[in-house]
Amino acid sequence: MFTPMSKTLAMTPETVQPDTTRPDLTQAARWQDYFQLMKPRVMSLVVFTGLTGLLAARAPIHPVLGAIAVLCIAVGAGASGALNMWYDADIDQQMRRTRGRPVPAGKVKGEEAASLGVVLSILSVMFLGFAINWFAAALLAFTIVFYAVVYTMWLKRWTAQNIVIGGLAGALPPAIGWAAATGSAPLNAWLMVAIIFFWTPPHFWALSLYVTTDYAKAGVPMLPVVKGAKETRKQILIYSLILIPICLAPVLTGLGGPIYLAVAGLGGAVFLILAWRVFASKAGDAADPRVADRALYDVTEDEKAAGAKAARNLFAFSILYLFAMFAALLGEAVSGVHALELLK
Amino acid sequence: MNQPVDNQTSRDVAKKARDGRNIALGLGLVAFVIMVFVVTLVRLGANVAHPHP
Repeated sequence: MFTPMSKTLAMTPETVQPDTTRPDLTQAARWQDYFQLMKPRVMSLVVFTGLTGLLAARAPIHPVLGAIAVLCIAVGAGASGALNMWYDADIDQQMRRTRGRPVPAGKVKGEEAASLGVVLSILSVMFLGFAINWFAAALLAFTIVFYAVVYTMWLKRWTAQNIVIGGLAGALPPAIGWAAATGSAPLNAWLMVAIIFFWTPPHFWALSLYVTTDYAKAGVPMLPVVKGAKETRKQILIYSLILIPICLAPVLTGLGGPIYLAVAGLGGAVFLILAWRVFASKAGDAADPRVADRALYDVTEDEKAAGAKAARNLFAFSILYLFAMFAALLGEAVSGVHALELLK
Repeated sequence: MNQPVDNQTSRDVAKKARDGRNIALGLGLVAFVIMVFVVTLVRLGANVAHPHP
């Protein structure tokens, strides 16, 4: 029976740090190690979606102020990443994918990561408020708190719906960008948020289907760990069926034009095919920690490989799909392509 | 036998890393000051061009 991890029972970042069996690496910490705390790959996605929101608003904004707004969004995202790395050092140390991060690797002290996160959070929010507007700053502050506190400290260790609800934090940057440009966040801004929000579950669950054992070992209640691989594959298909209509909605509301329609439509069809393949496969069954009797599942090596391939394909394509849709919106906004506005 | 050399090497590595951190922090602070200055100019300029009634 899976037992959700409690932070009080788990090792704290402080107990992760003082490992007397290895040399103190913190003296030799390079600035790049501190930069890694800010999760630069996540930051690049946040910059991209935030910039798309800013430009898709099609409101006049001084280029310097636009650049400052995107920088503040990026630094705010990096700050929440540093807070996440501080709090999750115990989990990160137990997973192959994350044990090389600066805190579990012993390169940076946990309290330094926390300090960096707090200072950059305050700086990014205050600077966005003073330089751009306080509505955008409030949205950024909400995003940081939601990711660092609600997701990292609460949802991640408590419920299998962690990435569904927590995904809101990663979905908000387009709305912050839009708010920075206009001072408001209308329906089209929230449509961009909804696209990322509903894209997150199939994206992460596809990944979790082939790294289930790592999550189980670390005590993170990801859906495949708690509900099993079969339920996860079903949920991936359900969320994909919800996602595609939402991706097409911007065409109706005047946000997306013909290029966006082509990308969202064709990409959506491929996404659904890949989600169906995952649903029809036995991805994750072989590593399902809830199954005591392995013989019940009877997963052959071929089925295991095919399932893993289906999950990997969906995971990889989901990144391309999101990137392509936002690139289409960005391209249309920059080039002045008119939206279809089918509802008008 | 090699301990003093190793200690010296690790001290050199630590010093190089510390210098790098200090330079990065310094550049970050300078960039922040420049950004505040430029934003102030831009916002002041906008208010001069379009003064509030």
